[in-house]
Amino acid sequence: MKTKLAILTLISVTSAVLAAPQTFNFRDPKNINNAGFKLDAPLESINGSANGIYGAVTFDPENPGATKGKITVATASLIVPNPLQRQHMLSDKWLDAKKFPTIVFESQEFKNVQTTGDTTTADVTGTFTLKGVSKELTVPVKLTYLKDKLGDRVPNQKGDLLVIRSNFTIKRSDFNVNPGQFEDKVSDAIEITLSIAGASPK
Amino acid sequence: MKKALRIIAVVLVAGTVAFWAAAGANRGWTKTRVPKKVMDEVTGLEGIQWEHRFVPGVDFLGAALVGAGVLAGVSFLVPAKSKRAEN
Repeated sequence: MKTKLAILTLISVTSAVLAAPQTFNFRDPKNINNAGFKLDAPLESINGSANGIYGAVTFDPENPGATKGKITVATASLIVPNPLQRQHMLSDKWLDAKKFPTIVFESQEFKNVQTTGDTTTADVTGTFTLKGVSKELTVPVKLTYLKDKLGDRVPNQKGDLLVIRSNFTIKRSDFNVNPGQFEDKVSDAIEITLSIAGASPK
Repeated sequence: MKKALRIIAVVLVAGTVAFWAAAGANRGWTKTRVPKKVMDEVTGLEGIQWEHRFVPGVDFLGAALVGAGVLAGVSFLVPAKSKRAEN
């Protein structure tokens, strides 16, 4: 009787552990994670990226719709090819990187969740904060859960990976980045591409 | 002096155009960093790494042309050598 009880307890504890949501850390040791951005401009579009990305996402493979998390981008890590444009972009005239050192997206709710195999697509509503202005935003995301793949990416580590991809557009005027100004030189719309992977070591 | 300024202006234009063309004839702004795409085989993500490289653009070309124009303009203000001075 005691043995049966012990086995039952072990099974229930194991099930609970396996079904528990996992927390994925998005600080990438391989420096692949990036947030790309594109703004139209007369001579050539301004294409840049940021790789100062960190944050955590709680993901349950059994219930992807319950995913929650917060991803932060260090403003100073934004890079564009032209040094003068970068200097202007980070200055107090545009993003004011010293006063507003982070750009943050914090998810609140997943809608239209569809899961096929290890891949989940959804529309995520969350709060996007840029230059100290927070706005609610709904963005499409694609989550790919890679079970036991952490070791393939980071030697001597066991665990899972969660890949997040998202493309969405914001308006700089919504976030007090020179609203209504210089639109003949730099478009109001900013196309953002997020390509990040998080690790959940075991 | 007149002749020297004009020769420098021509050499500046020719040299800048040749350098700009050899560096890829970039019709955009001058770049000091160039993105390089890196594929992560495990996640399938495409990362971007920035290489420090100087790629002259139309602003670089324009600055050289303005510089050459100024040199050529100054050459017209320089008085010509008098025959007495030449002797």
